[in-house]
Amino acid sequence: MAILTLTIDGEQLSANDDETLLEIARQHDIAIPTLCHLEGLSDVGSCRLCLVEIEGSQKLFPACTTRAQEGMVVRTKTERLQRNRRMIIELLASEGNHQCAVCVVNNHCELQNLAYEVGLTHTRYPYLYPKKRLDASHPDFIIDRNRCVLCTRCVRVCHEVEGAHVWDIAQRGIHCEIISDMDQPWGTSPSCTSCGKCVLVCPTGALIAKGENVAEMEKKTDFLKYIVTARVKREWINTDGEE
Amino acid sequence: MSRTITISPVTRIEGHAKITIQLDDAGTVVDARFHVNEFRGFEKFCEGRLMWEMGGITSRICGICPTSHLITSAKAGDAILAVEIPETAEKLRRLITLAQWIQSHTLSFFHLSSPDFLLGFDSDPARRNIFGLIEHDREFARRGIRLRKFGQEIIEVLGSRRIHTPWAVAGGVREPFDRSKRDYLLGWIPEARETARLALDTLKSIHTRFEHEIPNFGNFRSLHVGLVDREGGLEYYGGTLRVMDGAGNIIADRLDPKDYREHFGEATESWSYLKFPYYKPLGYQQGMYRVGPLARLNICDHIGTPLAELERKEFKAIAGDAGVVNNSFYFHYARLIELLFAVEQAELLLTDESILGTHVRSRAMINRDHGVGASEAPRGTLFHDYEVNQDGVLQKVDLVIATAQNNLAMNKTVQQLAMRYLDGTEISEGLLNRIEAGIRCFDPCLSCSTHAIGAMPLRVQLLGPGGRIIAERTR
Ligand code: SF4
Ligand code: SF4
Ligand code: FES
Repeated sequence: MAILTLTIDGEQLSANDDETLLEIARQHDIAIPTLCHLEGLSDVGSCRLCLVEIEGSQKLFPACTTRAQEGMVVRTKTERLQRNRRMIIELLASEGNHQCAVCVVNNHCELQNLAYEVGLTHTRYPYLYPKKRLDASHPDFIIDRNRCVLCTRCVRVCHEVEGAHVWDIAQRGIHCEIISDMDQPWGTSPSCTSCGKCVLVCPTGALIAKGENVAEMEKKTDFLKYIVTARVKREWINTDGEE
Repeated sequence: MSRTITISPVTRIEGHAKITIQLDDAGTVVDARFHVNEFRGFEKFCEGRLMWEMGGITSRICGICPTSHLITSAKAGDAILAVEIPETAEKLRRLITLAQWIQSHTLSFFHLSSPDFLLGFDSDPARRNIFGLIEHDREFARRGIRLRKFGQEIIEVLGSRRIHTPWAVAGGVREPFDRSKRDYLLGWIPEARETARLALDTLKSIHTRFEHEIPNFGNFRSLHVGLVDREGGLEYYGGTLRVMDGAGNIIADRLDPKDYREHFGEATESWSYLKFPYYKPLGYQQGMYRVGPLARLNICDHIGTPLAELERKEFKAIAGDAGVVNNSFYFHYARLIELLFAVEQAELLLTDESILGTHVRSRAMINRDHGVGASEAPRGTLFHDYEVNQDGVLQKVDLVIATAQNNLAMNKTVQQLAMRYLDGTEISEGLLNRIEAGIRCFDPCLSCSTHAIGAMPLRVQLLGPGGRIIAERTR
């Protein structure tokens, strides 16, 4: 592991060469919006909200999956980036059915917060009003695909942390959707352990707890940090008497 | 040659109502129709959604009595969960229901109807509104505005932990009450009681002034329907259904609201989006019934609070031996007696220590596939009827609102007024004013009737055969 220096938004910083631009920025309180990224899960770079500019390239790079290099000059808040981010949120809003006013996570939704953050006031794209499936067959949880933004956090947490791998993505392009096991009702899934992790990491009202009412649910993702730390440091093992 | 006169508000295209008056060859009124062009497609739109969302959805669809929808929806939810809600939760739900009555009844009288009474039906429409009222009697108007605020304060204090967070849920309510909020609301009671009294005295004082007008304001026999409590007293949240005929006989009693479909049917007419509910045993038309303040005052045997009970007895005296008040004008009177009751009853609930209990929610999953909730909204009995699958996904939704139940009676009222006030083929200002006031007796929750505070902007068309416009008048 080598130490290198780079510039983000005019600030000279030093970092480890195995760190991503997002990690470095966050260590230095430089805000970059994210959606598919969640600390404790692997990164897939799919939502493109964290795109940044790197001097010397016309391309934009996702901060969550791009590693730092010596001498990099990175910009995170240019006009072009802001425009891009707003457009992404507009597209997400128009391709789902997001009726915030009657949503279980109203006021506690990452998509909503992002919309505020990027200053979204309206969308320039026509709403598609897709017909998406709602599945309430699980005794404790519900998936309402109308509100899914396909961030795949549920897929990753279930596979990487719980080890059950219930969720996957089926179809292609605009028809993509999250499915449980062999595209069967969640309630009939033999692999789901009902741990609830997917519900907690879902940034929107797509995965919710049953019985919750409008605006009633707040998601907490803190648990992930503790599980991951415990795993890496094996903190749950009683080491008394060893050595 | 028959002619049709059309009166239609022009300011609001959506949710507006228009009136047509049908004349025969001799120029006499043969029929009148109150058309509602407000399309309510949301019953269909709710299908496939989750039962738990209904409180939030329905309380947003109706901007005028959202709390009534919220409470009724929660009650339908209780039925689906098959739970008894905690005692404190029921008291809190009762309190917020009364708050909805207070704010809605006050709006109906002070803001919408009293300008007609105090300034006169034929006064300048530009001044015949809350602003004209403020000019006319500042203190009176101010008190009305304050009383409405009291109703809204209760709803706000109880209901909005956060903005737009539905507070009543299947199984109870979301949050307990607290002592300091309770004390704050109690502080309003003396003023509220005084204002409710003032409204009632003011209305009674004009009854003699309008004695020649009153007999024409929807004065006809119909059934009266509503909830009464276990002892037959005035009810607003629970109880069972009672049906009284136009002669004062109780023809059905202790009907379980959940069986309302067995007793009430709904007809549709091509010319109105509003349905026409009727009492089944008597059939469509004959089964015409009224709901709301007038019906509630008629059907109950007593009112559980002292001041309102005294007023009820006085009210009943108008009815004479028949024991039933059939004149729609007295909706206003009944409404103000209810307003006084609501303030008195709110005080009783606020001083009941058990309202401060902390157990306010019962939890359960889907235990029944069908649930009906009923309560008395300010304008009359409201039903929410949900069918769900085992997962709680709505399969069928049916909402029966008060204004629809009064639909037949409103038509009849307009017809009666047209017969009395239409002179030849001239659409006089006087006729417009009377029709407007006639509809307002029912306090219908149509966007037009409440949005256009004071005089409704009207367009009047006189149509000949084939729809040819003979004359037109806009105000
Ligand atoms: S509840 Fe747990 S096991 Fe079941 S799908 Fe969600 S994360 Fe996977
Ligand atoms: S269900 Fe939630 S967590 Fe899963 S992909 Fe959709 S939005 Fe992301
Ligand atoms: S957070 Fe980086 S692409 Fe989604």
